Parts: sequence; structure tokens; C-alpha cells
Amino acid sequence: MSLPQRFLDWFSARGWAPRAHQLRVLDHAQHRESVLLISPTGGGKTLAGFLPSLAEITERGSGEGIHTLYVSPLKALAVDIARNLEAPIAEMGLPVIVETRTGDTPHSKRVRQRQKPPDILITTPEQVSLLVADPHAAHLLKGMRTVILDELHAMVTSKRGVLLSLALTRVQALAPNAIRIGLSATVADPDALRAWLVPTGEKPAPLVLGQPGARPEIRILSSVERVPWSGHSSIYAIPEIYDEIRKARMTLVFVNTRSQAELVFQALWEANDDNLPIALHHGSLDVGQRRKVEAAMGEGRLRAVVCTSTLELGIDWGDVDLVVHVGAPKGSSRLLQRIGRSNHKLDLPSQALLVPSNRFEVLECQAALQAAEVNAQDTEYPMVLKMDVLAQHILCRACAGPFRADELFAEVSSAWTYRKLTREEFDKAIDYVATGGYALRAYERYAKLKPQGDGTLRLAHPRLAMAYRLNMGTIVEDEMLKVRLAHVKRRLGKRVVVGGRVLGEVEEWFVSQLTVGQTFVFAGEVLRFEGLDEFGVLASRSNDREPMVPSYQGGKFPLSTYLAERVRQMLADPLSWNGLPPQVRAWLSLQRFRSVVPKADEMLVETFPRADKHYMVCYPFEGRLAHQTLGMLLTRRLERAGLQPLGFVASEYALVIWMVRDLSLAVASGRISLGRLFDEDMMGDDLEAWMAESALMKRTFRNAAIIAGLIERRQPGKEKTARQMTVNTDLIYDVLRTHQPDHLLLRAAWDDAADGLIDAHRLGAMLRRIKGQILHKPLDTVSPLSVPILLDISRESVYGEGHDALLAEAANALIDEAMRLV
Amino acid sequence: MSRSHRITLSGVDFVPHLSGALFAPDFEALLVADLHLEKGTSLARRGVHLPPYDTRESLLQLQAAIEETQPRRLIFLGDSFHDGGARERIDAADLALLRAITAVAETVWITGNHDPSPPQDVGGIIIEEMALGPVTLRHHPRMLRDGEAEISGHLHPAAAIHARGHRIRCRCFIADAQRLIMPAFGSYTGALNVRSEAFDGLFGDFNVWMIGEKAVHRFPAAQVR
Repeated sequence: MSLPQRFLDWFSARGWAPRAHQLRVLDHAQHRESVLLISPTGGGKTLAGFLPSLAEITERGSGEGIHTLYVSPLKALAVDIARNLEAPIAEMGLPVIVETRTGDTPHSKRVRQRQKPPDILITTPEQVSLLVADPHAAHLLKGMRTVILDELHAMVTSKRGVLLSLALTRVQALAPNAIRIGLSATVADPDALRAWLVPTGEKPAPLVLGQPGARPEIRILSSVERVPWSGHSSIYAIPEIYDEIRKARMTLVFVNTRSQAELVFQALWEANDDNLPIALHHGSLDVGQRRKVEAAMGEGRLRAVVCTSTLELGIDWGDVDLVVHVGAPKGSSRLLQRIGRSNHKLDLPSQALLVPSNRFEVLECQAALQAAEVNAQDTEYPMVLKMDVLAQHILCRACAGPFRADELFAEVSSAWTYRKLTREEFDKAIDYVATGGYALRAYERYAKLKPQGDGTLRLAHPRLAMAYRLNMGTIVEDEMLKVRLAHVKRRLGKRVVVGGRVLGEVEEWFVSQLTVGQTFVFAGEVLRFEGLDEFGVLASRSNDREPMVPSYQGGKFPLSTYLAERVRQMLADPLSWNGLPPQVRAWLSLQRFRSVVPKADEMLVETFPRADKHYMVCYPFEGRLAHQTLGMLLTRRLERAGLQPLGFVASEYALVIWMVRDLSLAVASGRISLGRLFDEDMMGDDLEAWMAESALMKRTFRNAAIIAGLIERRQPGKEKTARQMTVNTDLIYDVLRTHQPDHLLLRAAWDDAADGLIDAHRLGAMLRRIKGQILHKPLDTVSPLSVPILLDISRESVYGEGHDALLAEAANALIDEAMRLV
Repeated sequence: MSRSHRITLSGVDFVPHLSGALFAPDFEALLVADLHLEKGTSLARRGVHLPPYDTRESLLQLQAAIEETQPRRLIFLGDSFHDGGARERIDAADLALLRAITAVAETVWITGNHDPSPPQDVGGIIIEEMALGPVTLRHHPRMLRDGEAEISGHLHPAAAIHARGHRIRCRCFIADAQRLIMPAFGSYTGALNVRSEAFDGLFGDFNVWMIGEKAVHRFPAAQVR
């Protein structure tokens, strides 16, 4: 298709030719069609997105208002993209002005952008909402031709994507001729993304596929050390990981959580005999420190970076030639995305090493490896219809000027994400924004939206627009406290702690567990907690070698349904065990001998006595969140059945409940039926009753309340006044639940919890799956398969210094018992 | 109350109630601090629409406590109304409930910093402080001389203890031999840790009575974190 001559010259001067997918995107754009490009990283995806705009701006001339809006999920990415775009523009001598607009953009620059808009504006999803909330937006966007949505796969699965989809309906209304170009990594369901991109009722956006990259080369660490039975630290593999780092030019070490990152980083430093430059990168570190690490990577000054998902997206920082994944990757797509960070050139295979941190993770890594080999995807379906996000968008619309409810309803329903929104729900959302949506009509006088004589609704006060700008967005952080390095001095014989440099931030709940004198790992150092002052946490350096680390909270991402199924299949098929390390093979063989190995569609339930208690272990492989919910519900049922349950622990793979009474006996005598116990009907009243009281529910409610604008975010620097003004959301939750249980926000929180923290949907699907498929095995003692989760019991209930020897001793006794071949 | 605790000041016994109220059996008086009625609606003018049910919830809790203890006298220790506009904003049904409550017992409204002049048409009399036998009742704690005893509110005390690796925090009564400070009763009232500066110098060797889900639990100062 037609690319201007100077573009073709530029390509050939570099010995390149425009790639097929770049030309196809151009073709669609020139026919004024929205289009979805799915391509692996390194395939010239970003340039493909920009080429049509660059060509068109060159033709029409610069300075005609914003031509292209480019949206990326990361602020840092926006800045880098702008920089990367400058090169071809300068080299081709194109008359194109590119600017960024993020949360960091100073007010003066925003004002200038309004007066003299750039041709291409590079920004984040939140900024698109802020842009359309501006009364001047209509003027600013009226000539806009293209919206480019980068990393679309990453945005659509969260509330950010839902909010963006609504902001785009506004953009569409102001710039009816604009097309959308979606750029995405490979996803499980491209059709959903194609539909997401265009207004409801239109033909889904055509799909353009980039050239597939070379198949990645993935290995699983076959450790000479014994693979641990349980736990998540992977410390056993540090020498081998260090060896790999030494052999590679530049290694990214991905881990699943921040605390794991701290642990692995510290262990690597202790093993670092060659003084290799190894750095740490995670979301809680100070931004300045993170930028420094990124810059050092870019300049090739580092040999390895231990990181969390913070380095998963975005452009290349340096020449990574190896990705080490510590712990199981939890999903095939996540693994492929992370692996894609190495050898960012299409023709070279990415190199990756998986390091399972326990025996079940060996199975999971194996499953992930096989899935990656066939490029199987298990990305989540796009998130839809969130009432708290809708409420925020209604306020956004009101900030831009008076509006008609009918028109806004039509506009909102044109988003694929809200295509199923009913008028009744929409009216409830409007009422919520205006007066809080309470049956007790206390706020008519103080309504935020006032009906006008002409049938429109108008924002009641400009102050509300200001409040919207400060509180908008869908990312609600845990309450964080700054951690400062403290110097301890003696003054008049008294110990005085003086705060110094900021090391980063840590979640408030974590700090609330600490007492003065306890040690924890943060920013790669062992710190001693010295107390709190008005700025946050004070901590001093400690020589303690065994810190009380943040307890492992499990990954943010549960094991994907797809990988879980693969793991179950692998377990069921002894022939496939040949690919596993000998210790793991022996472990599974022994399970077959001592207990039983379930078929892929069965769920194994083992019951056995141990010490003076009775245990039930089941293996649904549905992720820790779903298992935790199952544990809650089963404990209630066992309690009612008189089995006197004492506690439970959930892992990614299994659930154990221990009790006073003999469950094996109760089943044998027909007093309890496991089929009844695991019946789907537990998802009814039992779930309701438990969820209502659950602390998880309160956390979810807080998030929804902030997004929907019920309460204001804490603004930095204003903490004190904010604390005086705001009311604890737990109290609001309790009062609202008693007096108006059908309130919009309670239902929003409930929906979120069912999807997220409680994973009720997945649990429900699992209970349907195992109906009539429960394989019960009463045993005299622990089974080999149950050892990992039984070890987790002691891990959760014992902590602190000096307990390690005790733990190790107890663990060995347990393992001996399980592995005894009698 | 299954097993009731007793807090003794100048020879007078007080019983901490699970609701956060304090009962004085000798005087058949129920004491309630920091009700903060209409706190929910207080932010409405700024466009913050908190659920306007806190008043109803607090009053229902209060009604239940009265039902259980059957007091002849009802004494509010100040900050009963969140601000001067509370009377005007209160819902008609809630107002009726409040009047029904004050009609049953002889009611005293002690003034607080939030309500220096509480409404006069909700039943009961208004005073700055009062004596209950040898014990002075007032909103804001004061310095005490030897032999004086006082019950106050204002500070919204909460205490935390550590048990099995968990930190458990709840609102509480805090008292030594001379002074007792009551927890806030209102549904939207936050709480302040008794280890924070605001409590410095107020207590000698104290105990706290923490308000759990189903019972009140006493802990000596040494266990309070």
C-alpha cells in the first residue's frame, strides 16, 4: 500500500523493508478502519501503529490539532516511546511534533498543549479520562484521526481498561472520524479484543497478525540440590542461578512477589564472589532508584536484575540474553511475555530457565514449558461492566459540561464493555453519583448533579471537578508508608532515632505486624524496625542474618485454569513423569504405591489420622484464593456436621483441614457423604454469610468506594487533614450492609470479590467439575502428596527466630513417615 | 453479659458494656461517650455522600444497651452531635427514635468540643460537667488532684495486643484507680491507640477493657502494644 517515498527511502537506507503486517495495518488505516495487530515483542509493533499517522501528518501538515492519541499503560513507557519515535521523525525530516502528557506533566505544559496541541500526544489511560473531562476537550479533539492503544492485552483485563473503554466513547463522540489501532501481545481470545476495539453493533476490527518469533528455548533447572518439599524461596538454587548469571551477558531474574525479590536478591549478593553488578527492581522501591536501575540496564552496566512484574511490559532496557523465572510462572501467557524480554530480536530464540521452588512447582513448570512450546495462551477475558467505574465516568462526563442522561446512556452502551448495561442500572448509577443512591434521601439538597430547566444534568459546583481530578483513576494502592533509614544516636543517655534517606514504601498492614526491634528485609538490606514517626517507618541497618521477612502472601496471580488442567493431566499419566527430575518422579511413584494417583477428571480426597488429630487433604489445583474460600466453606459444614474442625491451610494446589473427629470413620459409617460435603450448594447461603463478615470483602469495598468517589484518596502531604475528614471504610461497610444491603457499591464490591480475592466463580466451576468424581482414599497415615501442604501448616503457625531448627526437625519426621516403604 | 467486668473508681463500681457504654449499677445510670450523631451527613456539603445510616445504627445499638441494663438515668459525655447542624440534618424517623430513647430515662447531655450547645428539643438537660457520687463526669479529661476521680471521653481510645503472631486492635475502656476514659460509641467514629502521645501523662498503672466481637476482655498495661 502507499507509503510516501521518503518513508521507503528511510527503510531502504537501513537495509530494511516495511514488514507485511506494518503495510496491512497501514492499509486498514488508510481505509479508515479500526484494526487489531497481534504480534510478539520485537516485531516492529509500535512502528506499525505509528506509520499510518506519520504518513498522514506528513501529507496534511503539522499544527492542525491533535492528530493521534497514543495510549500506553505505563507512564515510563510513554516517555520512552516518545523518545524512540523522535529518531525516525528526525531521520526522515518529518514535520511531526510529538509530546507526552502523564501525571508528571507540569500544569504550564498542559496549558500550552491546549493552546498549541502537538500532532501526536502520548499518554496513559487515566489521562484520556482527564482529557475528556476538560470542558475544552471538544475543541482539542475535534480533528483527531487516530487512537493507538498499546499493550491492549494488558489493559483490558483490569478496571483501567474498563475506564479507558468509557473514555474512548467520549473521544468517539468528540472525534467521530477517529479510528482505533490496537496493539497487543498474543492472547487466548483475539475476537474479544476485536470487538472491544469498536463500538457495539459494528463489525469487529479486522485482525492483523505479526510474524511469529523464533521459538523460545526453555529449560527447567535440574538441580543437583534436593528440590524442597514446600515453600517459595528457591534459596536452594541460588548457586546455580548465580552460575547462569555468570555465563550470560545480562540476565533478568523474574519472581512473583516483592518479598521473594528481596530474598533472592539478598541470597544472590551473598553468593556474589565475583562482585557482579546485580540490581533489584520492584514496585515498592523509590521511583528514583528504579529509574537508576533502568538506566544502568540500558547502558549495559548491569549483569542481572531481580525483578517482579514491573519489568514485564514495555520497551527494552538493555541487551537481555537470559530470563530466569524463579517460582512457577502461574500462566502460560505470563511466562511467554516474560521470556520475551530476552533476545528482543525476532530471529533469535529467547533463552529462559525455570526454577521451581518446590515439588508441585516442578509439575507446574513442566506444564508451563509444554504450554509455551505450543504457544498456548491463557490470558484473561477482558473485564466488563463495573458499576464503580461507570460512576466515576459519569462524574467525568459532568465535569466536561451539562449532559442529557439519555445521550450518555447511549454513549456508554456503545462501549463493548457496557453493551449489556440496562437502563435501570444506568439510572441507579446516575442517582448514586448525584445523591449517593440511598433509600434515605438525605442528600437531595447537596446533590452533585442538578437537573436544569432544559432537561440536562449539571455539576453542582466547580469544586467537584477539582475533587474528581484529584481522585480519579482505578488503581487503588494498599495504604503505603515510607521507609526511611534511621540513625540511632545517644543523647543524654537516651536512645534517639533520627530519620534519613527514603528507601521506599511498604504496605501499612505489614508495618502493623512489626514491633520495635524486629528485623525485616527491605531494599536488599536487613533492617531493624525502630518505630514510626509522622513521615512513616524508621528503620536502621541490622547485622541480623535471619530476618523476620514479610510472610509470603502468595502471588498476585493464581495458577491459571489452563495450567491447572495440564498439571492434573500430567499427574494422572505416569508415562509423562519421565521428563521429571528423579526425586519428583520417586515422590509421585511412592504416592501411587502408598495412596493413589487421581485421574485427570477426578479430585482426590485423602483422610488420615496424625498425632491426636484427623486430617482431610484434597487436591483441586485451582489456586490459593479458590482453595481458601473452599476451606472457609468446608470448615463451616464440618462444624455443623459435628466433626469439630480446628483449622485449615490452602496452597495453590491443595487444601488441608484438620479436626478432632475421625472423618474416615464418619464417611465409612455413612454419617457423612463427601459428595454432599463438596456439593455446589455451598456457594449459596454459606458463601453469603462468610463473605459478609470477611476482611477481604472490606478491602474490596474500600477499593470500589474510592473508585466510585464515595470517599477521597489520601493526598500526599495532606494525610493529617485527610485522616480527620475521612471515615474508616470498614465502618461504612458495616453500616451500609445493615441498612441498605442492595446498595450499588455493595453489589460492586461483591462482584469484584467473586472474581478476585474470593475467586468464587472458579470455585463454582470446580465444584461442578468434580461432581461424582471424588476419589476418596482413607489412609492410616500421611501420604507423600500431602507432605507439602502439611509442611505449610507449621510454616504458617510458627514464625520468628530460633524456630528453624525446630521446623526442620519436624519436617524431616513428617517426610520419613510419608516415605516409609511399609 | 455473661461474665461482667468491674472497674472501680473512688469506691464506685462501673460495668463496661459490650456496646461501648458504661453502666453504674449503684446509680442505675448508663454512660455513653462520643456518639457523634450525623457524622455521616456532615461532609455532604463538600460532596462526600457517606451512607446516612450511622445515626440510626448508633441509636439502635444504644436502644439495645438500654434494653439490657434498664437504666434510670442516661448520661452522654459530650460530642453526642457531630456538629451544630446535626439537629437540622437528622432524619425525622431517627429524631423520633432519639426522643423515644430520652423519654425512657432521665437524660443529661454533657457538652463537648463538637457540641458546645447541643439541641434543646431532644429531651434531657444540658450541662458542662456533673458529679456521680464522688466521680466527676466531663467530656475532656483534666489533670486530677489526689483523691479526685473522673470519667471522660473525647480521646476515642483503642488498644492493641499481640497474640500468636497476630496484632489485634479494638476500641477499649482505659482506666487506673483515678481515671476512666470511655470508647467512642458512634458508628463512624475512628479510634486512637492508647500508646499515642495524646494519652501521655494521663494514667499510672492502667488496665484496658478491649471490646471484642462477643465479650469485653481486660488486659494489664504490660500487654498493651
